[in-house]
Amino acid sequence: MFWEQLLNGLTLGSTYALIALGYTMVYGIVQLINFAHGEIYMFGAFAGLILVSFFGFNLIAAMLVAMLFCMLLGILVERIAYRPLRGKSSRLSALISAIGVSIFLSTLMALMAGTNTHRYPEVIAHQTYHLGSLDLSLMQILILAVSALLMIGLQFMVQKTRIGKAMRACSQDLDASYLMGINVNRVISFTFAVGSALAAAGGVMVGVYYNAVWPYMGMMAGLKAFAAAVMGGIGSIPGAMIGGLSLGIMEIMGVAYLSSSYKDAIAFGMLILVLLIRPQGLMGQKISKKV
Amino acid sequence: MNALDATLTQYIDPYYLRIMILLGINIILALGLNLITGVTGQLSMGHAGFMSIGAYTSAILSMQFGFSYLMALLTGAAVAAFFGFLIGIPTLRLEGDYLAMVTIGFAEIIRVFFLNFEPGGRAVGLSGIPQHTNFITVWLIALIIIALNTRLLKSRMGRAFYAIRENEIAAASTGIDTTRLKILAFTAGSFLGGLGGGLYSHYMYYINPQDFGFMKSIELLNMVILGGMGSIPGTILGSFILTLAPEMLRIVAEYRLLFYGALLVILMIFRPNGILGDVRIYDLKKRWGRKEVKTCQS
Repeated sequence: MFWEQLLNGLTLGSTYALIALGYTMVYGIVQLINFAHGEIYMFGAFAGLILVSFFGFNLIAAMLVAMLFCMLLGILVERIAYRPLRGKSSRLSALISAIGVSIFLSTLMALMAGTNTHRYPEVIAHQTYHLGSLDLSLMQILILAVSALLMIGLQFMVQKTRIGKAMRACSQDLDASYLMGINVNRVISFTFAVGSALAAAGGVMVGVYYNAVWPYMGMMAGLKAFAAAVMGGIGSIPGAMIGGLSLGIMEIMGVAYLSSSYKDAIAFGMLILVLLIRPQGLMGQKISKKV
Repeated sequence: MNALDATLTQYIDPYYLRIMILLGINIILALGLNLITGVTGQLSMGHAGFMSIGAYTSAILSMQFGFSYLMALLTGAAVAAFFGFLIGIPTLRLEGDYLAMVTIGFAEIIRVFFLNFEPGGRAVGLSGIPQHTNFITVWLIALIIIALNTRLLKSRMGRAFYAIRENEIAAASTGIDTTRLKILAFTAGSFLGGLGGGLYSHYMYYINPQDFGFMKSIELLNMVILGGMGSIPGTILGSFILTLAPEMLRIVAEYRLLFYGALLVILMIFRPNGILGDVRIYDLKKRWGRKEVKTCQS
């Protein structure tokens, strides 16, 4: 029972982590809570659904194309709604702009697809493997494997490649990076693209796993993922991964052992508790402030 | 609808009367959030949580315990203020977006609590609340709140609030007790949140936990930021625009929220500091004064 729940928690948590990475990367560079991120995740889930049901793509191909689509969407959103504001306004104005985009995108999808819940056709065999006393479904294995692959890939990109180095530089000091000849705008666009692609992968997998896709699915998922990013220490990439996994596990454990009607309250309650003990999040660094 | 509003509807269309009452309630709520976020600079994204505490407490008190309208409103607001005080304590340690997350989390916990709260009718909501709120009470309270707010922000304490927003460390080093003032701002702001909630529940007849979700908090935050952070005329203007905009946009029917979202983005692109963000009424008076002088000379 316990191990079963732990596995379910890890599965849920790795999808939270995929979305949380987008929040934390964008935050690390431009200090913006990108509230439209949950909607990008929702668009990813819908893009996958359309590709699978109307164009007969298999799951992996649909996921890749959905990721590509959301990359473009992420870049577009940044170009239209955030870039004109950068540098000449407070961070809160950018936040309102992000909320505007979020409302716009979810309404747009509700107009196009209706507010009903859509279901994925059967894209993956309902096969379960037994590992000792543990039942592993094929979809769970896929979610865990794809998330792990994407996160390792991301970590490699950030630590070892040239653009990753530029991203790290920008997250330390945007102005200084600009003076060092880094094309800051391109790095920011790239960050939005990568974050959106990860969210799209999460969206497609959640859509298949829970067999439900609807236009307002982005809001709660976005809030939880933001909570995960904050819990891990916002701006820290390993923090988002750990925050996502622990939030998923806490939520599933809370439902299993405490009460299912308080599902969302448990997740947020744990988050508040973590922040009271460690105000900078699990992996965040304490920055001493000066005038 | 009570007698007073019935008389008023002879002169004003009931639809407009309703919008004006909701506008008054929104102004009270937004002024509360303005104290926390606009003036003191502590980003709170869970104001609807305080609103729901006030709404439920006062509704239950006047329905089941026979409290008078005023007593129910004040008790509801006081309970909300108490929770604001509780939330104010972590602000000692958290800042910026960590604080925003705690307020979101707190409001979500409150919502889930009311979804499972037996005396509040669980997910079905609470209906049959006596409809005491009318045009006169709402606007009387709103005007008192506006006046008190204006006095407060011009006082020594109000300036200390602004100082915390501008630079907390510098404020602390000039001898401002930032901890005490931040808690005070949270308590006062959530008192207004609870008061607005009580007015709302005694106007709407029926309340439901979904009325006070994350989107309501965001709507209130939009009102504060859109008009111009920390400015009372700005907050009133923001409440005015965002209460009216959804009604005006009814002509575009199902595209309403689409336009609403786009409107937020466009307003922020063209007025990044809020509509009245970099305009001060004092400067306007001076500029108009100068123009008059010029016309005299020419």
